[in-house]
Amino acid sequence: MSFESFAEFIDMGGHGLYVWLSYAIALIVIVTNIVNPLMHKRQIFIEQASRLRREKPKS
Amino acid sequence: MAEKKWMPRWFYQLASPRWCYEITGKLLPIFAIAAVATLLVGTIWALAFAPADYQQGNSFRIIYIHVPASILAQSCYMMMAVAGAIGLIWKMKVADMVAKACAPIGATIAILSLATGAIWGKPTWGSWWVWDARLTSMLILLFLYLGIIALNSAIENAQTAAQSTAVLALVGLVNIPIIKYSVDWWNTLHQPATFTLTERPAMPSEMWVPLLVMVIGFYCFFAVAMMLRLRNEIIQRERRSSWVRDLITG
Repeated sequence: MSFESFAEFIDMGGHGLYVWLSYAIALIVIVTNIVNPLMHKRQIFIEQASRLRREKPKS
Repeated sequence: MAEKKWMPRWFYQLASPRWCYEITGKLLPIFAIAAVATLLVGTIWALAFAPADYQQGNSFRIIYIHVPASILAQSCYMMMAVAGAIGLIWKMKVADMVAKACAPIGATIAILSLATGAIWGKPTWGSWWVWDARLTSMLILLFLYLGIIALNSAIENAQTAAQSTAVLALVGLVNIPIIKYSVDWWNTLHQPATFTLTERPAMPSEMWVPLLVMVIGFYCFFAVAMMLRLRNEIIQRERRSSWVRDLITG
């Protein structure tokens, strides 16, 4: 462990803002890259299912 | 393509959207678990256990995001260009879809690399941004990604869009060695590469081992994000085929 206390860990030797901001942006980028396609997948399935229901009676 | 089979069998299986959809469905959970595990371990290691740099102090911990993001942004570009080339040469639809899936991920990772670089630059160099070769060539990489996304969405026909973006991606490939050698060719504030194939890292192992874990974590994350987008692309383009219909009505 490189830190004596939790407050010291948050402060990062005065560079807390820089370090935590970097990690926060990384988290946002990673999460959006996973959540975005998952939501898109749901949307595609809903759209295609309703298209198939519309087309079914004709055939 | 079917008449002269001079490539290994998996190459032709890769060309089948259905086979790709099934294999990525099996690979996704493996890479997802690997990504969560490595990123979690790597982040805790990087933030709490890795030693602080004797000159930069704790702002050095930004390296554990900045370096993996920078490596991944470039690898993703190379993968996109290679997939685009395969799509151009062998008219392989899946390769076009892989190239399309890479672009938005690469763009966001390039933004992450530039943002963390700027945040790291402020306490280290005293400036958010300098117009030196490394930073400028990395900014060009982001613009290439954005250009490729814009070009792809501007062309309606999927095949024409894939061909045009593949050509643009291949032309932009010249930027990758410029990024790599920019620190050697021009005077710069930017430090040289941490990892090289020929030499041991200059930093102690307590510093570079967690960095390696983070690099692996970023690659696993990329695999997950790319496969998710690829699968969406496959079901969208193959929506008329019977297997996708069965999948949706399931």
